[in-house]
Amino acid sequence: MWVIGGGVIGSLFAAHLARVADVTLLCRRPEHAAAVSENGIRVSGRADFVARPRASTDPAGLTDAGLAIVATKANDVEPAAAQLEGRLGDGSVMTVQNGLGAEEVVRSHGAWPQLSAVTFMSGTKLADDHVEYVLDTPTWLAPYDGAPLDLAERTATLIVESGLKAEAMPDLEPARWSKLIFNATVNSVAALTGLPHDYHFAELDRPTDLGHLVRGLMDEGKQIARAAGISLREDPWEMNVLATQRGSRHYPSMLEDVEARRPTEVDFITGALVREAERCGVEAPLMTAVYRLVKGREASYQ
Amino acid sequence: MRATIVGCGAVGSLFAANLAQLDDLEVWAFDLDREHVAAINEHGLRLSGAGEVVGKVQATTDPAELPPSDFGIVATKCMHTAAAIEATARAFADGAVCSVQNGVGNEEVLAEHVERVIRGTTFPAGRIIGPGHVQWDVKGDTTIGPFEPSPAAMADVERLADACTRAGMPTKAVEDARGPQWRKLIFNAATNPIGALTGLTHGRVVEDAGLRRLVSGLVDEGKAVAAMQGIELDADPEELIDHAARPDVAYDHKASMLQDVEARRPTEIDYLNGGVSRFGREQGVPTPLNDAVTALIKGLEASWAQT
Repeated sequence: MWVIGGGVIGSLFAAHLARVADVTLLCRRPEHAAAVSENGIRVSGRADFVARPRASTDPAGLTDAGLAIVATKANDVEPAAAQLEGRLGDGSVMTVQNGLGAEEVVRSHGAWPQLSAVTFMSGTKLADDHVEYVLDTPTWLAPYDGAPLDLAERTATLIVESGLKAEAMPDLEPARWSKLIFNATVNSVAALTGLPHDYHFAELDRPTDLGHLVRGLMDEGKQIARAAGISLREDPWEMNVLATQRGSRHYPSMLEDVEARRPTEVDFITGALVREAERCGVEAPLMTAVYRLVKGREASYQ
Repeated sequence: MRATIVGCGAVGSLFAANLAQLDDLEVWAFDLDREHVAAINEHGLRLSGAGEVVGKVQATTDPAELPPSDFGIVATKCMHTAAAIEATARAFADGAVCSVQNGVGNEEVLAEHVERVIRGTTFPAGRIIGPGHVQWDVKGDTTIGPFEPSPAAMADVERLADACTRAGMPTKAVEDARGPQWRKLIFNAATNPIGALTGLTHGRVVEDAGLRRLVSGLVDEGKAVAAMQGIELDADPEELIDHAARPDVAYDHKASMLQDVEARRPTEIDYLNGGVSRFGREQGVPTPLNDAVTALIKGLEASWAQT
């Protein structure tokens, strides 16, 4: 099994799965691969162990992989999929990106059986060889483009055996869209305000409270989903209220990206919803506004 | 004749120092900055830049020292209006008080404490460069008129406009001063928060097609709220926004709200977009985009308390 991309999600998968399978973590930076090869990956927080996956910057070994998990940021799926092309033999590919579109990018590089996944687990990368496991919420996976359900079920079982939470389902769209609407809203608002995902996001007392904007954005998201023929698995506003009540003050990745002046995933998350709204002929003025503002923020880096 | 400037920051100082040039006017200033006040009393209030002026102004941090005045000119940041007028109202028991502040809603606050209120909109700008010393960046006009619910007499409005004009601050007295106020409000509300949220200068906001559409969306809501009140704008904010984006005008200008955000100072959002939204609610005009940017800026301000 190969995990491509050693961010928070990739590191959590690689470390856990290394306890039940032969895992190689494909890294971009040689010093990252060296640190993992030398020290393994330490997981702290929700779990506490050191795992010893292989680590490399060389994709050559992919030929023998049974499953490649693409765990890069959405912006980096294209180069990751290009590494698979001509290398991955009869293995399968699982994508686990935020937003929409990663599956299509991978498909354009090969005819492998594909799994589509969204993950709700979260953490913080403390070092190349140390990841803090913060939220032990599940990963949901489903077959993509005619892959057998059995593949999703077997993969979910393996993930569960490794110590993470996972569930296989025949159709990912209801879950994926619930998360997409949640993410598009929470990430964009956090990136623009500098607030972690905390109680402000659910406040509704005064007319200027942030909760009204959050709910307005999520209502637009729900209308877009309805127009796209998707029935949501969970209500994004309820997800938001629950998450803010947990009191974890989670720092969404888009906020971390703008603070570090890195490109964000906004085109794949908020932008994906704006494009879906246009495709379906639905008005989404608030979602469009926050999308443009985050794009403007990215433009200000230069 | 006596005038008291309430809040002697950059704009207040432009009025104070210029008005102090008149022989028939005694000028006082109320400000909480002790160093600034001491310097004004010791060396006079000095302007540099668009005009070189030194004005003999009697400044104080103690409102009890203020003598009765014919006119008050309030130039504090919007969030300090209530405290400033509450402290100084006694000096204006027989006078008229004019706001030259940003945004909308300031006159309403003044009217809670004084009887005769003048609505004002001013375009000159500057910045304090040291105690008692203000850089005068931009000359510009001022328009004033009676504040309808609690008006000063038109004769008093004209007397104040005449004094300002004679002092080198061209000022027009009009019956309905809402047009220029809402034109400035709509311009600022459509551009300031976009600069503040993105970090982009005015010119870069305007040349980004997506953001320019958002600016227009904000302008349209402001125009609808103004129209519902029967306010006729004295110029089209859209044209002014595009004009200001020219390289020879204000392409590189960082909106004052962006400067506030960068310095983590409280912004005037409640009186800009928050004002558009508030008047919109009163008039039954929906303002979803102004509501949204108000919530975002207030969220940004809240984030400073957390780190």
